[in-house]
Amino acid sequence: MPAEGSAVATAAVAVAGDARPTSLVRAWRRAARRPPALAGAAVVLFYVVLAVAAPWIAPDDPLRTDWSAIRKGPSAAHLFGTDDLGRDVLSRVIYGTRISMQAGVFSILLAMAIGVPAGLVAGFYRGIFDQLIMRLTDAWLSFPFLILAIGLVTILGPSLINATVAIGVGATPTYIRLTRGLVLSAREEDFVHGARALGAGDLRVMARHILPNISSALLVQATVSIPGAIIAEAILSFLGLGVQPPRPSWGTMLNAAQQFLETAPWMAWWPGLAIFSLALSFNLAGDGLRDWLDPKDY
Amino acid sequence: MFDYLVQRLAISVVTLVVISLIVFTGVRMIPGDPARVMAGTEADEAGLAEIRAKYGLTDPLPVQYLRWVGLALRGDLGESIRTRETVVATVAKKLPVTVELACLSIFVALCIAIPVGVLSAARRNTIWDYLANSLSLCGLSVPSFWLGIMLILLLSVRLHWLPASGFVPLWENPVGNLARMLMPAFVLGATLSAVLMRQTRNSMIEVLGADYIRTAYSKGLPGRAVIFRHAIRNGLIPVVTILGLQMGALMGGAVVTEQIFVVPGFGRLIVESVFTRDYPLVQGVVLITASAYVLINLLVDISYSLLNPRIRVKGAADAG
Repeated sequence: MPAEGSAVATAAVAVAGDARPTSLVRAWRRAARRPPALAGAAVVLFYVVLAVAAPWIAPDDPLRTDWSAIRKGPSAAHLFGTDDLGRDVLSRVIYGTRISMQAGVFSILLAMAIGVPAGLVAGFYRGIFDQLIMRLTDAWLSFPFLILAIGLVTILGPSLINATVAIGVGATPTYIRLTRGLVLSAREEDFVHGARALGAGDLRVMARHILPNISSALLVQATVSIPGAIIAEAILSFLGLGVQPPRPSWGTMLNAAQQFLETAPWMAWWPGLAIFSLALSFNLAGDGLRDWLDPKDY
Repeated sequence: MFDYLVQRLAISVVTLVVISLIVFTGVRMIPGDPARVMAGTEADEAGLAEIRAKYGLTDPLPVQYLRWVGLALRGDLGESIRTRETVVATVAKKLPVTVELACLSIFVALCIAIPVGVLSAARRNTIWDYLANSLSLCGLSVPSFWLGIMLILLLSVRLHWLPASGFVPLWENPVGNLARMLMPAFVLGATLSAVLMRQTRNSMIEVLGADYIRTAYSKGLPGRAVIFRHAIRNGLIPVVTILGLQMGALMGGAVVTEQIFVVPGFGRLIVESVFTRDYPLVQGVVLITASAYVLINLLVDISYSLLNPRIRVKGAADAG
């Protein structure tokens, strides 16, 4: 069916234009129809560059204090102003990108690493495995995300890695449920029965036939849950349960800013704006990715 | 219907048992000797032994677990290390504040989400729809604590319209209480309204495509009547479910919101108990939160099955 569809599409293009576009060109054309999603992806890319190249981009050392420039407003020397210890806010925001990206991406990777296999097993084997995993998931989901994260950080102690682990563990049940649901419908497909008839074992069916077919839905879910994870890291750091000062994280910067709202409001503007724009871009890109990967959309 | 209720109830009980196991093991995974924590740093070996004997900390873990659950079922969750007040009394004092905050923010969220969601579904693919969608996307992306800080900056620091923090009980000074709860309720309700708006829009679009709506239009009913008398009734059912599912997020959000606006509620209690390493309080608070969540979801499921007969038929078929 997909082969037929693409043949029709190629034929249509071949009739319309004289050159047959490659699949890459076609993919780009479909993406170009979604300017908001492209803009979102571009901003995400921009933050990735900031995170990777922070030492070369940041105008100043994010930890260097300057007692002669305490809580100075935005100026040519310090575009985003300085904080309560005279540190350059722009540099701190740039370095903070690293922490937010790390926490956002790795926590979701962790959630997928636990959740996808668990969901695969539950949906594929059904029966007692399914019951066991799903009851555990129900209980897991009963802890509000943030409460679970706070509880875990209490046990593990506050740090970036522990906050990442806590967020990942909190996001895991979503992936178990999603994977299980996708597997339940995929395992009844004809191609799975076909693979079985050809003698494929359980592991091969799961890894080669089911997983590739559910991966795009998982990818979309990952993209839309990263902003939640980024905000969660900022919240934990804001509460003092994540990254510890003096490391520059957007959450800890906002925590410090709270005491100086009247005298240095810019300390609160930039880190929050960074979180907001990054989360918004991920959401835009994720929405676009969903449509883009949808085989019905041509 | 009865089968469905029994099945749903059984699942909730199993979930509660698993929750209690998780909380119990979780607290025991905290590094450090609980007796040492309870006694404080000055206690000698004899004092520690006394505490261990008193709380049965030397018993095997399964015995400790059963005793803890037994006490919890009778409403005894131990006492706070710091204040020596019982956990239940402490929670009972803080909970009403958070319940008020939650109710207000649900109210705010519904007031925004339903009109905007219905409008964007009824005027699909117009400028209103795009505006509403952008608004909800922003609502989903804005970190609530930053929104709170920005509101304080604008409404309290700049304009001096609303007090930034402090709390007065509702029954002592209703006006002062509401003035102080307005910003927290809006902040907490903003994210919720974004989620609910999306759901309202989606389910309204689905309902507006149904046959009975076309019938209503072809009878010559005006658009307003069709939307408000026919479509909304069915369109809002899924919104109720989503609202129930969002309770967990609301409780989590209350933690941050109460922290920013210095509201002495349940959420602030959680953070304080974590920072003062008040383990019995943490244990009790987490257990209560999770149990409440299970209970709320049970109620939502039951009310949903009452609203929608198809679910209970399916549930009964599954059980049988």
